[in-house]
Amino acid sequence: MKSKLVQYSIILIFLIIFVVFYKSLKDTNIYTPEVKINNDIPIFSTELLISNDELSSTEIFETDKFYLLNIWASWCVPCRDEHPILMNLSKNNKLTIIGMNYKDNKKNAKSFLDELGNPYEKIIVDKNGTNSIEWGAFGVPETFIIYNNKIIKKYIGPLNQELLIEIQKIIK
Amino acid sequence: MKIFISFVIILLSLTFNNLHANENIERNEITKNLRCLICQGQSVYDSDSDFANSMKILVDKKLDEGLSEKEIYIYFKEKYGDWILYDPGINKNTYLLWLLPILIFLFGGAIIVKSFILKK
Repeated sequence: MKSKLVQYSIILIFLIIFVVFYKSLKDTNIYTPEVKINNDIPIFSTELLISNDELSSTEIFETDKFYLLNIWASWCVPCRDEHPILMNLSKNNKLTIIGMNYKDNKKNAKSFLDELGNPYEKIIVDKNGTNSIEWGAFGVPETFIIYNNKIIKKYIGPLNQELLIEIQKIIK
Repeated sequence: MKIFISFVIILLSLTFNNLHANENIERNEITKNLRCLICQGQSVYDSDSDFANSMKILVDKKLDEGLSEKEIYIYFKEKYGDWILYDPGINKNTYLLWLLPILIFLFGGAIIVKSFILKK
């Protein structure tokens, strides 16, 4: 009786281990931080890319207006892919697009915009990457939708046609 | 006199060095407990990725602003969630992680007591 109990429990333990390992085989180990929405936007002051002026966040983001903050860099290949989407969105007058130039060379950033067009109303500079961390981002490209000084939506990675439709629905 | 001046200069330079080293120790202590999100599995201290380097600059900035170690952890936790910390606190997602070893220890202890001590 006792040896049977031991046998069954050993089988059970192995079965549990097998299920746990089998399940975790399929799980990806890459963690993306949970998208925290309705967080207040950080307060910062930073340099602008084109005019070199110093500007604070309160001067950029007004209440009762939709803003799209896009973190980009000229060296980032997916940013090139999403650029036509941003150009498309810039035609919408309900939305103001703000760019954040991430760890980039000013000359390269300007020639990137000359080549592909400039959808941004203002471009702030994030020279050492700390500004984007204040926003809770960890790479390029990342996009935030802001309303009333709150982040209402966040997209990690390049925008695509589906997200374009989603954004247009949000700002309607 | 000359000896005295050079002694003072050496003493001063040594104290400045110490000050700097202390700051680095505190920063290293904090970055060792922060997880790099780009090269996952490495701490911010170990990693040399762009993200980790920016995190180090930001930790320095926050220390300069006078934030304590705990406040800096809370700050990053708000931005990225519990996962950014190697040593998360007890909450509804992590209580099992903290309690399970204690429960296993108690359970094992109970088995030992039952089969070896009470049997005698």
